[in-house]
Amino acid sequence: MSDQGTYRPFSYYQLMETSLRELLVEKGIVTDADINAEVAQMRARSPERGARVVARAWLDAQYKKRLLANGTAACEELGLEIPALHLVVVENTPTVHNAIVCTLCSCYPRVLLGIPPDWYKSRNYRSRMVREPRAVLAEFGLRVPDSVQVRVHDSTADMRYLVLPMRPQGTEGWDEARLASVVTRDSMIGVAVPSAAGG
Amino acid sequence: MKAQLATRHPAVAPRFEKGERVRVRKSAPLGHIRTPFYIRGQVGEIERLCGCFPNPEELAQMRSGLPAQPLYRVRFKQKDVWPDYRGADADVVEIEIYQHWLEKA
Repeated sequence: MSDQGTYRPFSYYQLMETSLRELLVEKGIVTDADINAEVAQMRARSPERGARVVARAWLDAQYKKRLLANGTAACEELGLEIPALHLVVVENTPTVHNAIVCTLCSCYPRVLLGIPPDWYKSRNYRSRMVREPRAVLAEFGLRVPDSVQVRVHDSTADMRYLVLPMRPQGTEGWDEARLASVVTRDSMIGVAVPSAAGG
Repeated sequence: MKAQLATRHPAVAPRFEKGERVRVRKSAPLGHIRTPFYIRGQVGEIERLCGCFPNPEELAQMRSGLPAQPLYRVRFKQKDVWPDYRGADADVVEIEIYQHWLEKA
Protein backbone atom coordinates (compact mmCIF):
# COMPACT_ATOMS: atom_id res chain seq x y z
CA MET A 1 0.00 0.00 0.00
CA SER A 2 3.01 2.30 0.07
CA ASP A 3 3.28 3.37 -3.53
CA GLN A 4 -0.29 4.05 -4.62
CA GLY A 5 -0.24 7.82 -4.34
CA THR A 6 -3.41 9.50 -5.53
CA TYR A 7 -3.40 8.05 -9.02
CA ARG A 8 -6.82 7.50 -10.53
CA PRO A 9 -7.49 6.40 -14.08
CA PHE A 10 -9.12 9.10 -16.23
CA SER A 11 -12.88 9.21 -16.24
CA TYR A 12 -14.69 9.02 -19.56
CA TYR A 13 -15.09 12.80 -19.82
CA GLN A 14 -11.55 13.60 -18.67
CA LEU A 15 -10.23 11.28 -21.33
CA MET A 16 -12.46 12.88 -23.96
CA GLU A 17 -11.41 16.41 -22.94
CA THR A 18 -7.70 15.55 -22.95
CA SER A 19 -7.89 13.77 -26.29
CA LEU A 20 -9.78 16.60 -27.94
CA ARG A 21 -7.48 19.26 -26.49
CA GLU A 22 -4.33 17.44 -27.56
CA LEU A 23 -5.72 16.93 -31.05
CA LEU A 24 -6.58 20.61 -31.43
CA VAL A 25 -3.10 21.60 -30.31
CA GLU A 26 -1.43 18.97 -32.50
CA LYS A 27 -3.32 20.21 -35.55
CA GLY A 28 -2.40 23.80 -34.77
CA ILE A 29 -5.99 24.97 -34.35
CA VAL A 30 -5.26 26.34 -30.88
CA THR A 31 -2.10 26.57 -28.82
CA ASP A 32 -1.50 25.58 -25.21
CA ALA A 33 -1.06 29.28 -24.48
CA ASP A 34 -4.53 30.06 -25.90
CA ILE A 35 -6.08 27.42 -23.68
CA ASN A 36 -4.24 28.58 -20.57
CA ALA A 37 -5.21 32.19 -21.25
CA GLU A 38 -8.86 31.24 -21.67
CA VAL A 39 -8.85 29.20 -18.45
CA ALA A 40 -7.17 32.06 -16.59
CA GLN A 41 -9.78 34.48 -17.89
CA MET A 42 -12.59 32.16 -16.90
CA ARG A 43 -11.19 31.89 -13.39
CA ALA A 44 -10.71 35.67 -13.14
CA ARG A 45 -14.41 36.36 -13.59
CA SER A 46 -16.25 36.46 -10.33
CA PRO A 47 -19.67 37.38 -8.98
CA GLU A 48 -18.25 40.79 -8.01
CA ARG A 49 -18.89 41.84 -11.59
CA GLY A 50 -22.59 41.11 -11.26
CA ALA A 51 -22.65 42.72 -7.81
CA ARG A 52 -21.39 46.01 -9.28
CA VAL A 53 -24.25 46.00 -11.77
CA VAL A 54 -26.80 45.34 -9.01
CA ALA A 55 -25.39 48.03 -6.71
CA ARG A 56 -25.45 50.59 -9.51
CA ALA A 57 -29.07 49.73 -10.27
CA TRP A 58 -29.99 50.19 -6.58
CA LEU A 59 -28.45 53.66 -6.57
CA ASP A 60 -29.48 54.95 -9.96
CA ALA A 61 -33.11 54.58 -11.03
CA GLN A 62 -32.35 55.59 -14.61
CA TYR A 63 -29.60 52.98 -14.84
CA LYS A 64 -31.97 50.36 -13.46
CA LYS A 65 -34.48 51.22 -16.16
CA ARG A 66 -31.86 50.76 -18.87
CA LEU A 67 -30.63 47.54 -17.25
CA LEU A 68 -34.10 45.99 -17.28
CA ALA A 69 -34.69 47.15 -20.86
CA ASN A 70 -31.37 45.88 -22.25
CA GLY A 71 -29.07 44.06 -19.83
CA THR A 72 -26.23 43.67 -22.30
CA ALA A 73 -26.02 47.38 -23.14
CA ALA A 74 -26.30 48.41 -19.49
CA CYS A 75 -23.36 46.15 -18.55
CA GLU A 76 -21.27 47.60 -21.35
CA GLU A 77 -21.93 51.04 -19.86
CA LEU A 78 -20.00 49.89 -16.79
CA GLY A 79 -17.16 48.67 -18.97
CA LEU A 80 -18.19 45.02 -18.61
CA GLU A 81 -17.69 43.48 -22.01
CA ILE A 82 -20.16 40.71 -22.55
CA PRO A 83 -19.50 39.34 -26.00
CA ALA A 84 -22.20 37.37 -27.79
CA LEU A 85 -24.43 37.30 -24.79
CA HIS A 86 -27.98 38.54 -24.51
CA LEU A 87 -28.53 39.35 -20.90
CA VAL A 88 -32.02 39.57 -19.47
CA VAL A 89 -32.21 41.07 -15.99
CA VAL A 90 -35.29 40.15 -13.97
CA GLU A 91 -36.29 42.26 -10.99
CA ASN A 92 -37.43 41.02 -7.60
CA THR A 93 -40.22 43.10 -6.08
CA PRO A 94 -42.33 42.78 -2.92
CA THR A 95 -44.72 40.61 -4.98
CA VAL A 96 -42.38 38.69 -7.34
CA HIS A 97 -39.38 36.48 -6.60
CA ASN A 98 -37.27 35.33 -9.56
CA ALA A 99 -34.94 32.36 -9.78
CA ILE A 100 -32.78 30.99 -12.60
CA VAL A 101 -32.19 27.45 -13.77
CA CYS A 102 -31.17 25.70 -16.97
CA THR A 103 -33.00 22.39 -17.13
CA LEU A 104 -31.35 21.27 -20.40
CA CYS A 105 -27.72 21.85 -19.47
CA SER A 106 -26.23 24.54 -17.26
CA CYS A 107 -26.45 27.90 -19.07
CA TYR A 108 -25.25 30.55 -16.65
CA PRO A 109 -24.21 34.22 -16.95
CA ARG A 110 -20.51 33.38 -16.55
CA VAL A 111 -19.35 36.82 -17.67
CA LEU A 112 -21.05 38.33 -14.65
CA LEU A 113 -20.97 35.51 -12.10
CA GLY A 114 -17.90 33.48 -13.03
CA ILE A 115 -17.82 29.70 -12.91
CA PRO A 116 -21.18 28.24 -11.80
CA PRO A 117 -21.39 26.39 -8.47
CA ASP A 118 -21.59 22.59 -8.75
CA TRP A 119 -25.13 22.46 -7.42
CA TYR A 120 -26.31 24.66 -10.29
CA LYS A 121 -25.22 21.93 -12.69
CA SER A 122 -26.63 19.08 -10.64
CA ARG A 123 -29.52 17.01 -11.91
CA ASN A 124 -31.27 17.53 -8.61
CA TYR A 125 -31.36 21.34 -8.89
CA ARG A 126 -32.05 21.34 -12.63
CA SER A 127 -35.03 19.01 -12.43
CA ARG A 128 -36.57 20.14 -9.16
CA MET A 129 -36.23 23.90 -9.60
CA VAL A 130 -38.98 23.94 -12.22
CA ARG A 131 -41.07 21.24 -10.55
CA GLU A 132 -41.07 22.36 -6.90
CA PRO A 133 -39.20 25.67 -6.71
CA ARG A 134 -40.54 26.62 -3.29
CA ALA A 135 -39.23 23.41 -1.76
CA VAL A 136 -35.83 23.92 -3.37
CA LEU A 137 -35.65 27.54 -2.22
CA ALA A 138 -36.56 26.42 1.31
CA GLU A 139 -33.59 24.03 1.22
CA PHE A 140 -31.40 27.07 0.49
CA GLY A 141 -32.96 28.67 3.57
CA LEU A 142 -35.25 30.95 1.62
CA ARG A 143 -38.94 30.72 2.45
CA VAL A 144 -41.03 32.68 -0.03
CA PRO A 145 -44.48 33.59 1.33
CA ASP A 146 -47.43 32.36 -0.74
CA SER A 147 -48.45 35.97 -1.35
CA VAL A 148 -45.27 36.38 -3.43
CA GLN A 149 -45.25 34.94 -6.95
CA VAL A 150 -42.33 32.64 -7.69
CA ARG A 151 -41.15 33.13 -11.26
CA VAL A 152 -38.69 30.50 -12.44
CA HIS A 153 -36.68 31.24 -15.58
CA ASP A 154 -35.57 28.20 -17.51
CA SER A 155 -32.59 29.40 -19.52
CA THR A 156 -33.04 27.12 -22.51
CA ALA A 157 -31.74 29.03 -25.52
CA ASP A 158 -29.88 32.23 -26.36
CA MET A 159 -30.62 34.43 -23.34
CA ARG A 160 -28.77 34.49 -20.05
CA TYR A 161 -30.47 35.68 -16.88
CA LEU A 162 -29.49 37.69 -13.85
CA VAL A 163 -31.75 38.37 -10.89
CA LEU A 164 -31.83 41.94 -9.62
CA PRO A 165 -32.53 41.40 -5.90
CA MET A 166 -34.30 43.95 -3.74
CA ARG A 167 -32.08 46.35 -1.86
CA PRO A 168 -32.00 45.18 1.75
CA GLN A 169 -33.20 47.31 4.63
CA GLY A 170 -30.54 48.96 6.71
CA THR A 171 -28.40 49.98 3.72
CA GLU A 172 -29.62 53.58 3.50
CA GLY A 173 -26.85 55.99 2.62
CA TRP A 174 -24.39 53.26 1.59
CA ASP A 175 -22.11 53.90 -1.37
CA GLU A 176 -21.84 51.65 -4.40
CA ALA A 177 -18.88 49.59 -3.20
CA ARG A 178 -20.44 48.90 0.17
CA LEU A 179 -23.74 47.94 -1.42
CA ALA A 180 -21.95 45.63 -3.86
CA SER A 181 -20.28 43.86 -0.93
CA VAL A 182 -23.61 42.41 0.26
CA VAL A 183 -24.75 41.21 -3.19
CA THR A 184 -24.01 37.49 -3.18
CA ARG A 185 -23.77 35.14 -6.12
CA ASP A 186 -26.75 33.16 -4.83
CA SER A 187 -28.89 36.28 -4.61
CA MET A 188 -28.23 36.95 -8.32
CA ILE A 189 -29.29 33.37 -9.18
CA GLY A 190 -32.36 33.88 -6.99
CA VAL A 191 -31.82 31.16 -4.39
CA ALA A 192 -31.09 33.72 -1.67
CA VAL A 193 -31.74 37.36 -0.89
CA PRO A 194 -29.08 39.81 0.26
CA SER A 195 -29.09 41.29 3.74
CA ALA A 196 -27.33 44.31 5.23
CA ALA A 197 -25.32 41.93 7.39
CA GLY A 198 -23.80 40.42 4.21
CA GLY A 199 -23.30 36.80 3.23
CA MET B 1 -23.48 49.89 -30.33
CA LYS B 2 -22.56 46.26 -29.82
CA ALA B 3 -25.49 45.22 -27.72
CA GLN B 4 -28.54 44.77 -29.82
CA LEU B 5 -31.14 42.10 -29.69
CA ALA B 6 -31.97 42.07 -33.38
CA THR B 7 -29.75 39.90 -35.49
CA ARG B 8 -28.42 40.87 -38.89
CA HIS B 9 -29.28 37.49 -40.36
CA PRO B 10 -32.11 36.89 -42.78
CA ALA B 11 -34.91 35.98 -40.43
CA VAL B 12 -38.39 34.52 -40.39
CA ALA B 13 -41.02 37.18 -39.58
CA PRO B 14 -42.35 37.00 -36.00
CA ARG B 15 -45.94 35.73 -35.89
CA PHE B 16 -46.84 36.26 -32.25
CA GLU B 17 -47.46 39.33 -30.14
CA LYS B 18 -46.80 39.92 -26.48
CA GLY B 19 -49.70 38.55 -24.43
CA GLU B 20 -50.84 36.11 -27.10
CA ARG B 21 -51.74 32.55 -26.02
CA VAL B 22 -49.63 29.86 -27.64
CA ARG B 23 -49.30 26.12 -27.46
CA VAL B 24 -45.95 24.35 -27.61
CA ARG B 25 -45.92 21.64 -30.26
CA LYS B 26 -46.09 18.16 -28.85
CA SER B 27 -43.53 16.44 -30.96
CA ALA B 28 -40.40 14.43 -30.32
CA PRO B 29 -37.96 14.83 -33.21
CA LEU B 30 -34.41 13.59 -32.80
CA GLY B 31 -31.52 15.99 -32.56
CA HIS B 32 -30.37 18.98 -30.57
CA ILE B 33 -33.70 20.36 -29.34
CA ARG B 34 -33.85 23.35 -27.00
CA THR B 35 -37.53 22.86 -26.12
CA PRO B 36 -37.64 20.87 -22.86
CA PHE B 37 -39.88 17.80 -22.85
CA TYR B 38 -41.85 18.95 -19.82
CA ILE B 39 -43.23 21.97 -21.66
CA ARG B 40 -44.25 20.28 -24.91
CA GLY B 41 -48.02 20.41 -25.40
CA GLN B 42 -48.48 23.16 -22.79
CA VAL B 43 -50.29 26.46 -23.30
CA GLY B 44 -48.70 29.71 -22.19
CA GLU B 45 -48.52 33.40 -22.94
CA ILE B 46 -45.90 35.32 -24.94
CA GLU B 47 -43.92 37.43 -22.46
CA ARG B 48 -41.61 39.03 -25.03
CA LEU B 49 -39.87 38.55 -28.32
CA CYS B 50 -36.14 38.11 -27.62
CA GLY B 51 -34.96 38.59 -31.20
CA CYS B 52 -34.18 36.21 -34.05
CA PHE B 53 -31.48 33.57 -33.76
CA PRO B 54 -30.09 30.87 -36.03
CA ASN B 55 -32.01 27.65 -35.40
CA PRO B 56 -29.90 25.58 -32.96
CA GLU B 57 -31.31 22.33 -34.35
CA GLU B 58 -29.68 23.22 -37.68
CA LEU B 59 -26.50 24.65 -36.15
CA ALA B 60 -25.95 21.34 -34.39
CA GLN B 61 -25.88 19.68 -37.82
CA MET B 62 -23.17 22.12 -38.97
CA ARG B 63 -25.67 24.04 -41.11
CA SER B 64 -26.27 27.80 -41.06
CA GLY B 65 -29.52 27.78 -39.08
CA LEU B 66 -30.83 30.45 -41.44
CA PRO B 67 -33.24 32.03 -41.86
CA ALA B 68 -33.06 32.85 -38.18
CA GLN B 69 -36.03 31.89 -36.02
CA PRO B 70 -37.86 34.36 -33.77
CA LEU B 71 -37.23 33.41 -30.15
CA TYR B 72 -39.83 34.18 -27.50
CA ARG B 73 -40.02 34.01 -23.77
CA VAL B 74 -43.22 32.21 -22.94
CA ARG B 75 -44.83 32.30 -19.51
CA PHE B 76 -46.65 29.22 -18.20
CA LYS B 77 -48.69 28.81 -15.04
CA GLN B 78 -47.06 26.21 -12.84
CA LYS B 79 -50.48 24.74 -12.01
CA ASP B 80 -51.08 24.14 -15.74
CA VAL B 81 -47.70 22.48 -16.22
CA TRP B 82 -47.85 20.31 -13.11
CA PRO B 83 -51.42 19.48 -12.04
CA ASP B 84 -50.18 18.52 -8.56
CA TYR B 85 -47.98 21.64 -8.21
CA ARG B 86 -47.61 22.65 -4.58
CA GLY B 87 -47.24 26.39 -4.37
CA ALA B 88 -49.13 29.58 -5.05
CA ASP B 89 -51.64 29.70 -7.94
CA ALA B 90 -49.77 32.72 -9.32
CA ASP B 91 -46.42 30.89 -9.66
CA VAL B 92 -45.04 30.72 -13.20
CA VAL B 93 -42.20 29.27 -15.20
CA GLU B 94 -40.79 31.20 -18.14
CA ILE B 95 -39.00 29.49 -20.99
CA GLU B 96 -37.39 30.57 -24.25
CA ILE B 97 -39.02 28.86 -27.19
CA TYR B 98 -38.39 29.24 -30.92
CA GLN B 99 -41.31 30.17 -33.12
CA HIS B 100 -41.32 26.93 -35.09
CA TRP B 101 -42.21 25.14 -31.85
CA LEU B 102 -45.25 27.35 -31.21
CA GLU B 103 -48.79 27.44 -32.56
CA LYS B 104 -51.77 29.65 -31.76
CA ALA B 105 -53.71 28.32 -28.76
